[in-house]
Amino acid sequence: MSEYAIEAVGLRRTYRTRTGWLRPQRREVEAVRGVDLTVGNGELFGLLGPNGAGKTTTIKLLNTLLIPTAGSALICGHDVVTETREVRRRIGYVFGGDRGLYERLSALDNLRYFAELYGVPGREQQRRIAELLELVRLAGRERERVEGYSRGMRQRLHIARGLLHRPRVLFLDEPSIGVDPVAARELRQTVADLAATGTTVLLTTHYMAEADELCDRIAVIANGTIQALGTPAELRRHADGRQVLEVEAYGVADAQLAAIHALPGVREASVTVTGAAQVLTVQSDAGVDVQADVLRELDGVRLGRVAARQPTLEDAYVAIVNRVDTPARPVEAVAA
Amino acid sequence: MIGVGALLHTKQLSRSPFEIATALIVPVVQATLAVYLFRAGGEPGRLLEAAVGAGLMGVWSSVLFGSGGAIQNQRWQGTLEMLMLAPRPPALVIFPITLSTAVTGTYAMLATLLWGRLLYGVPLTFAHPLRFLVAAPGCVLGLGMFGLLLASTFVLMRNANALANTLEYPIWLVSGMLVPLTVLPGWTGPIAAALPTTWGARAVHEAASGGPVWPSLGICLAISLGCLATGALMMTYVERRARAAATLALA
Repeated sequence: MSEYAIEAVGLRRTYRTRTGWLRPQRREVEAVRGVDLTVGNGELFGLLGPNGAGKTTTIKLLNTLLIPTAGSALICGHDVVTETREVRRRIGYVFGGDRGLYERLSALDNLRYFAELYGVPGREQQRRIAELLELVRLAGRERERVEGYSRGMRQRLHIARGLLHRPRVLFLDEPSIGVDPVAARELRQTVADLAATGTTVLLTTHYMAEADELCDRIAVIANGTIQALGTPAELRRHADGRQVLEVEAYGVADAQLAAIHALPGVREASVTVTGAAQVLTVQSDAGVDVQADVLRELDGVRLGRVAARQPTLEDAYVAIVNRVDTPARPVEAVAA
Repeated sequence: MIGVGALLHTKQLSRSPFEIATALIVPVVQATLAVYLFRAGGEPGRLLEAAVGAGLMGVWSSVLFGSGGAIQNQRWQGTLEMLMLAPRPPALVIFPITLSTAVTGTYAMLATLLWGRLLYGVPLTFAHPLRFLVAAPGCVLGLGMFGLLLASTFVLMRNANALANTLEYPIWLVSGMLVPLTVLPGWTGPIAAALPTTWGARAVHEAASGGPVWPSLGICLAISLGCLATGALMMTYVERRARAAATLALA
């Protein structure tokens, strides 16, 4: 057995698109620009990154859906380009969202079909399907058509489908996207249970809490390359020497945000919208109190709660991702 | 696997409101078209031939849009990637889809004949009724195999439906499903001879109106088997190309 479940060396992928017939315009987009990573057997590995960072492309290169433009990857010791069928026997793929299932068939029919496709022996199918329906809590609803399922139920069916042939490596591409908090918690529990039974899991997600709770190690990918890699605790160190100020506000303008970003001691400043309110998050050097300056810049803006706190994994993630756009401050590799 | 796949794809297809509406309306339209065409041509005695020709058009549409449309539907549904991830030869994964369209095709043939009988009183007096019962499914099966060859190109092309639309009318015209090949320009002859649709249509027409059915059906199935083998080889090549060109997903 190979030492690693997943090994990627210098993985690159360029998409070429052509638009127009009379005057065709060709465009090249480098989605993945040299990814190196190894994931151990039974490890739960997280791949975090903003939209368009190259997470899904990386997963599709590893699960044989795409052929790399350069570089190589092995799954359980098998090459993803030359030993496609061997790789496919050993992997499961689950992605988030509503698509990927036969809507007008029942969950049972979907599972029966994919069990056939993925080579589950006939005599084992019934038992395996019943076992998985139990695992993803769809037992009793399996004869209903998928089109009547909630998003959480579909997601659980996706997981059951991905596990039919007992894959050694499971790729989960944003499995909790659009799923309500209760369903997301159940899903995390299912993923944790899988990892506990020795399945190697590669998970991509936008949710830091999910990655923090589940993953043994995390790689942050941005701009097609891995910017940082380590345990959640190691990644948090990227925000060492910083403190965070959070301000609830209503109507922060772009110019004000730019002014705050330019304040002495401020390292990052961003605004997220939660309902009617905005939350301004300002990361600053630990020794510099920027609160008074920030509030002065927000003069005229209706404010709510103001709080200072220690940095979290999410703050570390923001720091890592934002540094990609500022090459003057390269991110040092964190020892795994 | 082929049996379960074909059954479940037929189930999925037959539950689509669009497919149901199409299956109800198209045979009526085609039966009407054929009957009026032959009446206007002053050949009311050949109404059965017209109805059978219209039925064959339905079969062809079903196979063409079944192969092209089904691949495109898999892409829209996000299931094409999941199918291709199966550790099986790609042709074996796609063949049940084209086979399920053959089942739908049989329905199109029967419905067209039935509507022809009910609406226009087309006499269903076949010259060789038993041979017709073999020739029609044989033709449908042959076209299903031809469908695999078509499907291989549809896996590669993200806008597969554009190709399917382009192929519908020229093929049924060149294959002599409704219009005799003798009235077409001479250069269409070699094309017609190479298409399994031509021989399948000829076999069905011969079973309906009289003629040696088996040679035509044999040629249809032989060409179709060739298409199946080529399609299977193509599918492996095309699957690799699609992975290189990133066309398995919608975007």
